[in-house]
Amino acid sequence: MSEKRATREAYGEALVELGHEYPNIVVLEADLAKSTTTIKFKKEFPERFFDCGVAEQNMMAMAAGLATTGKVCYTGSFAIFATGRAFEQVRNTISYPKLNVKICPTHAGITVGPDGASHQTVEDIALMRVIPGMMVIVPADFYEAKKAIKVAVEVEGPVFIRLGRAAVPTIFDDSYNFVPGKAVRLREGQDVSILATGIMVGAGLKSAEDLGRQGISAEVVNVSTIKPLDEETILSSVEKTGKVVVAEEHSIIGGLGSAVAELLCEKHPVPVARVGIKDQFGRSGEPAELLKHYGLTSEDISQAARQLTAY
Amino acid sequence: MTAKAIADKRTLVEYLEAKARRLRWDIIKMVGLARSGHPGGSLSAADIVTTLFFHEMKHKPENKNWPDRDRFVLSKGHAAPVLYAALAESGYFPREDLWTLRKIDSHLQGHPDMRKTPGVEISTGSLGMGFSTAVGMALGLRLDGRNSRVYTLIGDGESQEGIIWEAAMFAAQHKLDNLVGILDYNNMQIDGLVSEIVDIQPVVAKWPAFGWHVIEINGHKVEQILDALDEARSIKGKPTMIVANTIKGKCVSFMERVVDFHGKAPTDEEVDKALAEIEALGPLG
Ligand SMILES: Cc1ncc(C[n+]2csc(CCOP(=O)(O)OP(=O)(O)O)c2C)c(N)n1
Repeated sequence: MSEKRATREAYGEALVELGHEYPNIVVLEADLAKSTTTIKFKKEFPERFFDCGVAEQNMMAMAAGLATTGKVCYTGSFAIFATGRAFEQVRNTISYPKLNVKICPTHAGITVGPDGASHQTVEDIALMRVIPGMMVIVPADFYEAKKAIKVAVEVEGPVFIRLGRAAVPTIFDDSYNFVPGKAVRLREGQDVSILATGIMVGAGLKSAEDLGRQGISAEVVNVSTIKPLDEETILSSVEKTGKVVVAEEHSIIGGLGSAVAELLCEKHPVPVARVGIKDQFGRSGEPAELLKHYGLTSEDISQAARQLTAY
Repeated sequence: MTAKAIADKRTLVEYLEAKARRLRWDIIKMVGLARSGHPGGSLSAADIVTTLFFHEMKHKPENKNWPDRDRFVLSKGHAAPVLYAALAESGYFPREDLWTLRKIDSHLQGHPDMRKTPGVEISTGSLGMGFSTAVGMALGLRLDGRNSRVYTLIGDGESQEGIIWEAAMFAAQHKLDNLVGILDYNNMQIDGLVSEIVDIQPVVAKWPAFGWHVIEINGHKVEQILDALDEARSIKGKPTMIVANTIKGKCVSFMERVVDFHGKAPTDEEVDKALAEIEALGPLG
């Protein structure tokens, strides 16, 4: 596990591959082509790349218009602007008419780092998750991100794929097969289920190893599709372990933690601990420092698991 | 008889004027039956929408997905009644459907819904966005090498939205000469006069400053609308904005220039009076 790559790197690479395969793919950017890596697509397919300038609302609504002419539009920008500034365009003009627009912003979460709270998101999953019909995908590493971005082209309608800026350890490889809507059990265990998403999947796996040495058998499930939630896989894990730790680089309000709590309250009530950002904004710092500060390390997951299993 | 078949201009204008009266009659009737909706801004746009649907645009109601059709985007989506009247009159759906406007299970929603109503190109209602989607459509059609044109109707209150100007700059940058905007300049919004709330003047200078060709007309004179659309077709290398001076509530005496009729339905008595006034203006097309 020595390789480290940012999930945003997958965006430009996947788009170029898609561009060769699908002549109807159009990429829209809002003045961040280098950061989001769409510049790779721009170089290869300049005639199907449009830089909208610093105008995210127009970008999203235009994508909807393009989609009505049979294009599949991939839209970029940072997560805060794509889901915040342009929220209502995404809601009313892309999602309500179920148009084929893929929203793949980068720089989600707090691992944006030194740019600080104005450029970090703790609420983007929540915002996208409440929109009726929106598929919400949070890839765990570069390989899953690349597969998800490519598979999204075959999903009819809007898809949100959350990408990060920081290089993070890879978990999978090129042979990984991403299926939208399917959560994947990465490690079997008996005592507690660690349901993780995004970069917290790596932390969850590390935590399960540590817990194993302490005599706690933890199961790890990668819940990369947060909506629609794979209820079957989650319930089958939880029915076995009876205890759940959810881990995400997002507010504990509205993200995977909420989605899991909603599911379990109705279908199989068990103790749930949410590892996430505790109703706060981010701040400047290096990604690793921030993960530590906000309680998003493998040790934070282990601690939550130990507390749950101590009963 | 179709407008295309009419060679002489006088007859064409009369034909379109009669159609516009038909649309206005239907607007009043449907909003009255719905007991809610937006008559004022529908009436102000009736002559423009008529000229687009029954002369200017190439479209096939019997084949609504014909890829080479021209597109119409009602960016000021609250004026749905005028669009629905034009769609019904064109044959996209039976005229009786109009009387179900805003009712539960009707395909005629309060604001246009592309997934429910045949002939609606994009869902609108949130002001400003339709205009951007029209820019996206014009771009997509050009990418496909089609010579289809995109027409979009915006409001003057709507022009206060920032996204309009974002889209304006993009369309000019990309020289979208297959795009025509029409500003329904009735100088009214919900809270009062546009000129007294946040004025958009000098709007005839703003559009050229944003890189557009601009044409100013009287939006109730069919002849001027026809000429402006002809001129727009001859303009290459930039999009065109037709600034159409209009009167909110046009053709119904007690609705004209009355701010309250923006989003208020006429009573049964008012409906009868309004329909009689429209009928007195001439035959319905
Ligand atoms: C984004 C947005 N904000 C507010 C509204 C509510 N609204 C509906 S119509 C309207 C006034 C529109 O005025 P104008 O564009 O001049 O339309 P017209 O007078 O021609 O009907 C407002 C504020 C809306 N539909 N969308």
